[in-house]
Amino acid sequence: MGGKRHKPHNRGSWLYTLPYAIFFLTFVAYPLGFAIYMSLHEWGLISAERPWVGPGNFLTLFRDPLFLTSLANTLLYLAVNLPLTLVCGIALAVALNASFPGRAFFRTVYFLPYVTSTVVVALLWKWMLSTDDGILNGFLRTLGFDGLPWLTSTWLAMPSIAVVVAWKSLGFYVLLFLGGLQTIPRSLEEAAVTDGATWWQRFLHVTLPGLRPAIALVIALSTITGFQVFAEPYLMTGGGPLNSTMTPVLYLYQKGFQSLDFGYAAAIGIVVALVVVAVVLLQRRFLEERTT
Amino acid sequence: MTRIPRIVRYTILTLGGLIFLFPFYFMIITSVSPPGSTGSLVPPSLDFSTWTFIFAELPISWNLLNSVVYTLGVVAITLAIGSITGYALARLSFRGRDTLFAVILFTLALPFQLLMVPLFIMVSDWGWARPGPETYLALIFPMAVNATAIIIFRQFFRGLPQELFDAAYLDGAGNLRILWKIAIPLTRPAFLIATLITFIGPWNDFLWGLLVVRDTYWQPLSVAVGILGSGAHATAGGGNYWGTVTAASTLLAVPVIVLFVAFQRYFVRGVIEDGIKG
Repeated sequence: MGGKRHKPHNRGSWLYTLPYAIFFLTFVAYPLGFAIYMSLHEWGLISAERPWVGPGNFLTLFRDPLFLTSLANTLLYLAVNLPLTLVCGIALAVALNASFPGRAFFRTVYFLPYVTSTVVVALLWKWMLSTDDGILNGFLRTLGFDGLPWLTSTWLAMPSIAVVVAWKSLGFYVLLFLGGLQTIPRSLEEAAVTDGATWWQRFLHVTLPGLRPAIALVIALSTITGFQVFAEPYLMTGGGPLNSTMTPVLYLYQKGFQSLDFGYAAAIGIVVALVVVAVVLLQRRFLEERTT
Repeated sequence: MTRIPRIVRYTILTLGGLIFLFPFYFMIITSVSPPGSTGSLVPPSLDFSTWTFIFAELPISWNLLNSVVYTLGVVAITLAIGSITGYALARLSFRGRDTLFAVILFTLALPFQLLMVPLFIMVSDWGWARPGPETYLALIFPMAVNATAIIIFRQFFRGLPQELFDAAYLDGAGNLRILWKIAIPLTRPAFLIATLITFIGPWNDFLWGLLVVRDTYWQPLSVAVGILGSGAHATAGGGNYWGTVTAASTLLAVPVIVLFVAFQRYFVRGVIEDGIKG
């Protein structure tokens, strides 16, 4: 689009962007600046004194055992969530990537949890994973096994939440993988067939390398989701048992809206934001290296 | 395209289908099981007492109404502002256009949790975070423009042929007229996809609603269901706790699922072709 072609009509073009600009300045830019300002102060709700503490909140944060626990919990979450998401997401996408009767049905079914409220997903799984009367343990007992303390033990609660989040978001990632599969040239696949490769060899040597950009994108998006997990632990475990499902955002919520320590909460928010931005940049860099 | 044996394909798909569908089946079944047999796969009889309970004893109709207002407000503002912004980004030239687009992409990477604390203080200072219709302002405005929707509009408007615009300019039509008479009628799918993507946000939102609305009558449905499920009313529904929670959950889940199933073709195409972030 050359700017020259419709020059006479461009007077006042910027007016079209004015509503968004007003929205952005009021509800994004201003609160962003406000958050940074707050994080540098001791900012409670009760006291009118809001002394400047510089990096004080951040220094306290990185010595705060509970915050460090929430980061460690997130790493455990990612260790379960990422492999599960990649393996199941790619398997379902490859299985869906052909025209056959029932394709639209299955695609829709996988997508249902993604559009469903996190509240519904969290409560439903809390009910199904209940240690005493949950249906999963009921099923295990019928098969002659012992029930497991899915949400009531320090070692299993976070992995359980990681699986629930994977279940909820998988349908969206399946679509991204399907999009990735469609960029793989058919000729590569055909060449592999002529070379006598089995379907598994073709998957390993043609499909998987071709999916690399999609895999990078899904890892980035799941990691970002992982650092923002809130509703699942809030509703399913309350962060327990013994803080084993405490997450950075749940901690932010508790600090800001239960202890009313807004400055500290803003500092947590900034750390979460920096992690997200770092992940986005890393992913971009990874993709650029691949394409050049 | 990977050709995999049919048996492998259908095994994976069916197994996946069961894992994805079963919880929804179980939710609905639990909500209509008689109090003694919640948790059974096939209830001995159907019992709708939890459904009558949530409508008779909880302010759930109000919560539903609040969710409708919250969601429609966000969708309406997003479509209005998103479409003209997308149009400007795609079809008009002005100074700072690339900067504006970069800013919109940047807002996508910005986690809401960071803005949440200042936004809460702002809406409290403005007197919006109290019971009453002001609640709607507090809920809607901070969520009002979905950046993904702007990107969708931009993409659709860019896809229109330039000849169309040139001809209209020659006829002396102004930008606004072209947008209204030519560009918008040709990009109806964009409005549909933008509506679907935007709808999910406020309808399912839990965190923001939980923060700004404390009064149970003014809470959106998602917040009310969350609070119900977190045990505040553990004796709800004559002790049939899970029956009550699953009934309320079903009410929350069904509208989005219906909307999505009805229009999923457009949505799926949007994600696959454009790699749109949902």
